[in-house]
Amino acid sequence: MSRVWLAVTVRRGVLVSSRTLFEKIWSRHVIAEEDGEFLLYIDRALIHEGSSHAFDTLREQKRRLFRPRQVFAFNDHYVPTSGRSKGVNGIAVAEIRNMVLQLEANAKEHDITHFGIDHPQQGILHIVPPEQGITQPGLVMVGADSHTSTHGAFGTLSFGVGASEIMHVMATQTLWQRKPKTLRIQIEGELGFGVSAKDLILAIIARIGVGGGVGYVLEYAGSTVRAMSMEARMTVCNMTIEAGGRAGMMAPDETTYAYMAGRPYAPKGAALDEALAFWKTLPSDVDAQFDKTVELDASAIAPMVTWGTNPEQALPINAVVPDPRNAIDEVQRAEMISAISYMDLSPGMALSDIRIDRVFIGSCTNARIEDLRAAAAVAKLGKARVPAWVVPGSRSIQHQAEQEGLDKIFTAAGFEWREPGCSLCTALNGDQLQPGERCASTSNRNFKGRQGTGGRTHLMSPAMAAAAALNGHCTDVRTLIAKA
Amino acid sequence: MQPFTTLNAIAAPFDQPNIDTNQLCPTRFNKVPRGPKYARVLFHDLRFNADGTEKDFILNREPYRHAGIIVADRNFGCGSSRESAVYALYEFGVRCVIAPSFGDIFANNCGKNGLLPVMLPTAVVDEIRLQLNAQTGATLAIDLVTQTVTDVNGATHRFEIHPVRRQCLLEGLDDVDRTRQYQGAIEAFEAEYKGVRRWLY
Repeated sequence: MSRVWLAVTVRRGVLVSSRTLFEKIWSRHVIAEEDGEFLLYIDRALIHEGSSHAFDTLREQKRRLFRPRQVFAFNDHYVPTSGRSKGVNGIAVAEIRNMVLQLEANAKEHDITHFGIDHPQQGILHIVPPEQGITQPGLVMVGADSHTSTHGAFGTLSFGVGASEIMHVMATQTLWQRKPKTLRIQIEGELGFGVSAKDLILAIIARIGVGGGVGYVLEYAGSTVRAMSMEARMTVCNMTIEAGGRAGMMAPDETTYAYMAGRPYAPKGAALDEALAFWKTLPSDVDAQFDKTVELDASAIAPMVTWGTNPEQALPINAVVPDPRNAIDEVQRAEMISAISYMDLSPGMALSDIRIDRVFIGSCTNARIEDLRAAAAVAKLGKARVPAWVVPGSRSIQHQAEQEGLDKIFTAAGFEWREPGCSLCTALNGDQLQPGERCASTSNRNFKGRQGTGGRTHLMSPAMAAAAALNGHCTDVRTLIAKA
Repeated sequence: MQPFTTLNAIAAPFDQPNIDTNQLCPTRFNKVPRGPKYARVLFHDLRFNADGTEKDFILNREPYRHAGIIVADRNFGCGSSRESAVYALYEFGVRCVIAPSFGDIFANNCGKNGLLPVMLPTAVVDEIRLQLNAQTGATLAIDLVTQTVTDVNGATHRFEIHPVRRQCLLEGLDDVDRTRQYQGAIEAFEAEYKGVRRWLY
């Protein structure tokens, strides 16, 4: 089973196999190889307050940053989402304030570009780099955060790493990696009315499982992906890690280039022509081979809601809480029983009967302008019956939303319009669920305690979360809009 | 990094799949500086009540308080990239996790901190957990030199590990030192690469 099946073409006199987007970026960044481990050049690295462990090690080992201009720091996980006019002094809890200050000091000491708490473009590390044009096709990017897969929406190879690896990147601008396999997710057809990118990625994870992508880089392809906006593409790539994938990628195209045009770090003039010529070589060749392909029909996807404690435990809103007796094996049965118990649900209960205590619209998955527009379009149909927060992903998004009047729509509907940060997705800045509280959330993880000890999370799209706010229970947004 | 060569330790069986890093280290502890405090962080919300008293949890029972090995089901360590999940295991005393599969980032993080992730086929891991569930406090022997796990019944199972990862663990080597040997290659790469990607730099 060697590589005889690979189509081979001759290019510039060199034998070149048809290659995937991943293969093109990977091979261009290899500096050295040792027994199947590759030393990759890292174009750009993203860090946040949680990278303090990496700085501690750098300090202990008396190391400096090799290429500080290629590292970008973001205050996002620990910043408050209210009272920001007071800056860092507005943070009452010393430990939290200290995390914000520590990143500021480390960035200053090491001469790192820093989007700090008071920066006019402050925001989440997976939202600001695309806005600023820092994220560009063909790059290898790593981040000290698993949702770094988001940047793959631009045709980058981007993945999350732990503290030791981000320290290695800061010290050398390289990283040792084994070559992952490739999994193509081929999606054809149109998403239905009221169905969004979030529903698509939840459907993909439900289909392949939370371990389905382990060892693979996922490339999302097909007519559905080509028709998507950059915001929607980022939502899909963002949750690749929730399927266990190393990275998620999409071919850059005219939508990508149009989004990037004029952004501060994006190339302009003659440099843009040069960059475009390169970017257009990146998409997977038509006969490129993937290790595995999964096909999905977008038109068959309904709005999704998670009922359990990991993201694969998701079903269409018109379904019921599953019965553990129907599990495929004992392991799954035990997992379902544990999840249903933690979530305080019962088998057979309609998902649309699940009452919720509060709503969170935000996070690196769903806090971009399109997400806020989708939520506002629903919010204006009624009044929130439970506390509902809207947390924009960045200052830029906040300002754009305010210019469009979305903040007014939200506040008129009884939603709370807050300031940018990770907020209730990671529950690190003091925004958190109380034990037993149940939240309809546009974030990415429904793990036990993720949004606060004892908290219960139902993941869904921004429109679905807004609908849940208006009705006080999980709701099919399509029905709600139809009634209005 | 503390080298890893061999280990003979009490093994705790965890039968549920998909144990995420949020369970290993609840997010609010991420800011704790690395050190012995992490011993109490491991599975904190499953081990302790709000008032700090202990819950009924496997690692709160003797002899599992002294467990040095965890034998888990598939996709152990999925989710967040937090390396604090590994610090928590390490400070508790766990030096090896055996599972049919791991979250990618978690497995990488283990290898950088002297903790050995051992991947074995599902049937083998299921069998080892059956043995451990039948004999509370049984020990397993791990040998990284021969790449074997000796189970409760004395049967040995060979596991695969990348030769470089194995060497780093055996010698307690830091990747940065290894990479320094390539400094010339890195700078040559940069000179060429930045020449053709001028708009990036």
